[in-house]
Amino acid sequence: MGNHFFDKATMPAGQDRVDGRAKVTGTARFAAEHPVPELTYGVLVCSTITKGHIKSLDTKAAEKAAGVLAVLSHLNSPKVPGFDPPKPANKDEKPRAWDGLKVFYSDKIYFNGQPIAVVVADTYERALYAATLVKAEYIKEPHQTDFNANIKQAASPKGGGDDYTRGEANAWKKAPVTLEAEYIVPFEVHNPMELHAIIAVWEAEDKITVYDKTQGPKDTQQSIMQAFNLPEKNVQVVTEYVGGAFGSALRTWPHEIAAMLAAKKVNKPVKLVLGRDNMFTLVGYRPYTIQKIGLGATEDGKLTGITHTAISQTSSYEEFTEGAVGVSKFLYACPNVNTSYKLIPLDIGTPTWMRGPGEATGCFALESALDELSYKLNIDPVELRLRNYAETDPQRNLPWSSKYLKECYQMGAEKIGWFQRNRNPRSMQEDGMLVGYGMSTGVFGAFRWNATAKGIFHADGTLTVQSAVSDMGPGTSTSMVNIASEAFGLPHDKIKFELGSSSLPPGPTQGGSGTTSTLGSAVHEVCVELTNQLKQLALSAGNSPFKNAKPEGLAVENGNVLLVADRNIKMSYVDILKQHNKPELEFMKESNAGEEQKKYSMYSYSVHFTKLHVHPSTGVITIKKVVTAGDAGKIVSEKTARSQMIGGVTGGIGMALTEEGIIDHRYGRYVNNNLADYHVPVNADVPEIEALFVNRPDPYLNPMGAKGMGEIALIGYAASVANAVYHATGKRIRDLPITLDKIIS
Amino acid sequence: MNTQKPRQASENGSDGFNASRRDFLKLSSAVAAASITPSVVTKAADKKVDERIADYFEKMTLNIEVNGTAQQLQVEPRVTLLDLLREQLHLTGTKKGCDHGQCGACTVHADGKRINSCLSLAIMNEGKKITTIEGLAKGEELHPVQQAFIKHDGFQCGYCTPGQIMSAVSCIREGHANSAGEIREFMSGNICRCGAYPNIVDAIMDVKKGGQDV
Repeated sequence: MGNHFFDKATMPAGQDRVDGRAKVTGTARFAAEHPVPELTYGVLVCSTITKGHIKSLDTKAAEKAAGVLAVLSHLNSPKVPGFDPPKPANKDEKPRAWDGLKVFYSDKIYFNGQPIAVVVADTYERALYAATLVKAEYIKEPHQTDFNANIKQAASPKGGGDDYTRGEANAWKKAPVTLEAEYIVPFEVHNPMELHAIIAVWEAEDKITVYDKTQGPKDTQQSIMQAFNLPEKNVQVVTEYVGGAFGSALRTWPHEIAAMLAAKKVNKPVKLVLGRDNMFTLVGYRPYTIQKIGLGATEDGKLTGITHTAISQTSSYEEFTEGAVGVSKFLYACPNVNTSYKLIPLDIGTPTWMRGPGEATGCFALESALDELSYKLNIDPVELRLRNYAETDPQRNLPWSSKYLKECYQMGAEKIGWFQRNRNPRSMQEDGMLVGYGMSTGVFGAFRWNATAKGIFHADGTLTVQSAVSDMGPGTSTSMVNIASEAFGLPHDKIKFELGSSSLPPGPTQGGSGTTSTLGSAVHEVCVELTNQLKQLALSAGNSPFKNAKPEGLAVENGNVLLVADRNIKMSYVDILKQHNKPELEFMKESNAGEEQKKYSMYSYSVHFTKLHVHPSTGVITIKKVVTAGDAGKIVSEKTARSQMIGGVTGGIGMALTEEGIIDHRYGRYVNNNLADYHVPVNADVPEIEALFVNRPDPYLNPMGAKGMGEIALIGYAASVANAVYHATGKRIRDLPITLDKIIS
Repeated sequence: MNTQKPRQASENGSDGFNASRRDFLKLSSAVAAASITPSVVTKAADKKVDERIADYFEKMTLNIEVNGTAQQLQVEPRVTLLDLLREQLHLTGTKKGCDHGQCGACTVHADGKRINSCLSLAIMNEGKKITTIEGLAKGEELHPVQQAFIKHDGFQCGYCTPGQIMSAVSCIREGHANSAGEIREFMSGNICRCGAYPNIVDAIMDVKKGGQDV
């Protein structure tokens, strides 16, 4: 292991974030903060019923209120061509249907909090006040928001369920040792700190610029093109900084279209910022999911059967699915596996991917169940996982591109003192508290998609790299500068990464832990090609010091092309450009994944260890220490990587202990739609977290050897807490969050 | 923010509470405001020029010092300090995360003390000295806490960061940065959803131990 491992004490500090200064001085510009002349303000009016129709909408008072420019609703909204796409000329081609809610399209109400109007005024306060004057009358219909009351409605998704069988279905039932249990993950809400916001500016009748919160500037551009039937060149999406998102900004939501419609109507720029309550209803959430796991094993702990079924929910108007049961197909070597996934449509907005998405839900169940089985077998939970370690992918029958999960178990266990604990439940005490240790595994696909990057080397010796990507916090700019620095042979401070505009070369949407792999590959390839061009130019320069040398005999370092055979013989990039009278050197390239993804199964892994205290009489849980070990391939940015792992664990602490969106089913409305009642972890909830990395490159995924990290940081974590709570108390909590009432009941 | 309506308008939308400024001006012109050229005001209202006049009557003078610059502003009483900073003074470093005093993203210093600017009406700050994140550095030279946040990576997305830093400065000034545990408690009014808390604690400890003047 030796040199491959580093931890907080010994690892190099790593590069500071390239945008750190902008963020600590308040100059980083988020969506709602762009100065736009003649700005007006839009405030949404949202439905107070959950299902039915708008009978009447009285907007007179609002329209008369001071400063109000317009009140827009289904009664007077400009048309959105993309909502009713014309039939394609070619009969074989299907019209591209609009995904999701069509805002201000009809009088129909699909969920509580659905936008029914937007009030536009010249100041925020005037719009906010006037919005209270809009009066709606409804024709109510009975609604269904209660998951458990509707469980009989569960059906396979139209787009295909996750029905899968390997070997024999339900083989676990025949095993000598069996476990069957049900696990619940409730509604969880992304709640990034930045409220979703947009400024919509129609530059002309058919030309728009939006300053928008989005994880994918190109995706948002495509949605706007589709909605308003506009060519690509007429739609610009600017998203310089994104204040967190965790999945909530992966698609275009109704409020974005509402702002664009409002701006069209008043013929002025409109800023629309959601309220925190809207963040629960309008920008997705992690769907409520009940899972059942059946595990069968031999007496010596070899798994003989896994059955993993899930019932989740979607909205009444749109189907959303995620891979909750996928992890059970490949995480452990087991000959007999079957899964299924069903959905219940409810009268709530459509869910969306939330950090870790389905895998976080699935790993909570699977990794809790493994822990339960370990006690039945009287085998240490780490040992049980090692006995069922999958050396190759049992689902696809392919080798792993790289897998250092064993190393993660070892590193984490050592660091937290796993094997020094007393394994028996409720056996350990410290300072009058029950002590619990728990562990769990996380896994997520390591992806690489297509991306284009452009590199421009300037005569002043600086390099600009560009791509239309956004950075919601992981440190994409910093990682890309690191990759460029390595590949181009130039110090970090001479490299600038430009992102956040759809007019840049097409970059990937930031999601699925794939940005570094996808975009990093493009940046790497562009930089390598630029160095190749510089080498050629160096050889052909009038004053070339490389007489009779070949490109293969040259290397790059610190802004110079140099001779490998004698590194003192060199020529600076700046000089090379000067000799050729070139003001700059530019190269753009689309980078695509190769055939490797078909030959290998590619995953990132994490192992989380938690030590916690439980108060013996009140059940209050205090997380004392966390060690999280990741196999995310080669780490390209040490400092931001560590922060990402710590951040994922923090999200996991919320998932484990506090987060639950609660709907009052009588009204179909959230009762805790604010940050005082929906509890995300605060500073006092989070202890020291040690993030360890195996830091070995994946040889096949991309040229950097980097795998993804954003998801594995959170996936599985909640199970390590549930398992630690069981170890501390002897009580198994299977429905999240683990609140103290469940412990003392 | 509009799922709950504080008041419903009556049918014709012209009861006392919800009356438009136009109605208000017509009414007031006939009664108390007789001394201020009522006929002109009424005529203006009819011609829909009333809003500018309403502005004049309904705004209050606010004397406030923001980041060392004394300002005299005309502000509606309902404008929060946060919205004044962001929307009118274009100091967008101070963030809106909840508008309910629940997240701390809007933390600024008022006469040297940390407050949630979303819970403070602008006019409540008459005569006060407000410091926002934009006013913390001395020119190009970052404040030690800003520097420490960069060094310890006390953020990811950066949205809660201005509030965290303003709170962190106060946390040290208040004498509440004597241990990691104490810092965690006294920094718990500032939510960071990216989960940079351990790094924020490290950054504050670093400054505190360094003994720099904050």
